[in-house]
Amino acid sequence: MSEDRSYPAEVSGPFPTPPHDFVDDEGRDIVVRIADDDREDLVAMYEAFDPEDRAQGIPPVGERSIRRWLDRVFEDECLNVIAWHGGEAVGHSMLVPDDEDAYELAIFVLGSHQSAGIGTELLQTLLGHGKEQEIDRVWLTVERWNEPAIGLYQKVGFEIRNTESFELEMAIRIADSE
Amino acid sequence: MEILLGVGGSEHSRRALEETIERVQETGDELTVAIFSSEEVETTLTDIEADIRDTLEEVDVEAEVRRIRGHPGGELVQLADEEGFDRLVIGGGTRSPLGKVQLGSIAEFVVLNAETPVTLIR
Repeated sequence: MSEDRSYPAEVSGPFPTPPHDFVDDEGRDIVVRIADDDREDLVAMYEAFDPEDRAQGIPPVGERSIRRWLDRVFEDECLNVIAWHGGEAVGHSMLVPDDEDAYELAIFVLGSHQSAGIGTELLQTLLGHGKEQEIDRVWLTVERWNEPAIGLYQKVGFEIRNTESFELEMAIRIADSE
Repeated sequence: MEILLGVGGSEHSRRALEETIERVQETGDELTVAIFSSEEVETTLTDIEADIRDTLEEVDVEAEVRRIRGHPGGELVQLADEEGFDRLVIGGGTRSPLGKVQLGSIAEFVVLNAETPVTLIR
């Protein structure tokens, strides 16, 4: 598809890098870490996921489909970070390479832990990790009606770019491209 | 039921064709296949038509095959609405690198504009 793959001229940041700990708006101790061998914790998180928080078919429904999707976003060159509340995975954000040297981003926070600032910290920490790994351009799609998500992305530095697609596309530059 | 299937030579179209044939075999619905070329696919109309006729012959399903030119979405919708088809079937919907469903422009146009009920196969 001939989409407009333009990115903001300005570089956003600085961003925290993992491990990054903070206290959320509800007073809970949260830490964001690079995902290691945490697949089972993520499966548990996505099985508990509220169907209305799904976006364009992900996370998929059902354990088998969840595992298949996780296999894909944990392939080589993908970056994954997890927000932990004690031993429970409560948020997951990922960067998956496209075929134009940029990365697609997605983020999911468990319903019980939404609206407490975790999404912002998780997103920023993933971008910090991405920059460490020499990623410079990141994009995402979001439903046009999802104003809270759009607001979060804008706060972090994403800009809306014009496309004719069903969903809104947003992009950010986190390093100067060489 | 009279079914209009839009096929454009993409992999999604191919799957829509196969699923529609299966369905027609079960129900005995009357099938018309409208073929179009799109920017996303290099296959010519002649190749698409030959492929469809071969496939139909293999499974012994009869269908009228018509070519549409111009804006595929617009022409499909007009054909379906004006000629009183009961259902318009199209393939569509790709996946982003991390697995999000994305509608193609033809599928989006058809879903938004057709008066005829639309089945999207993805």
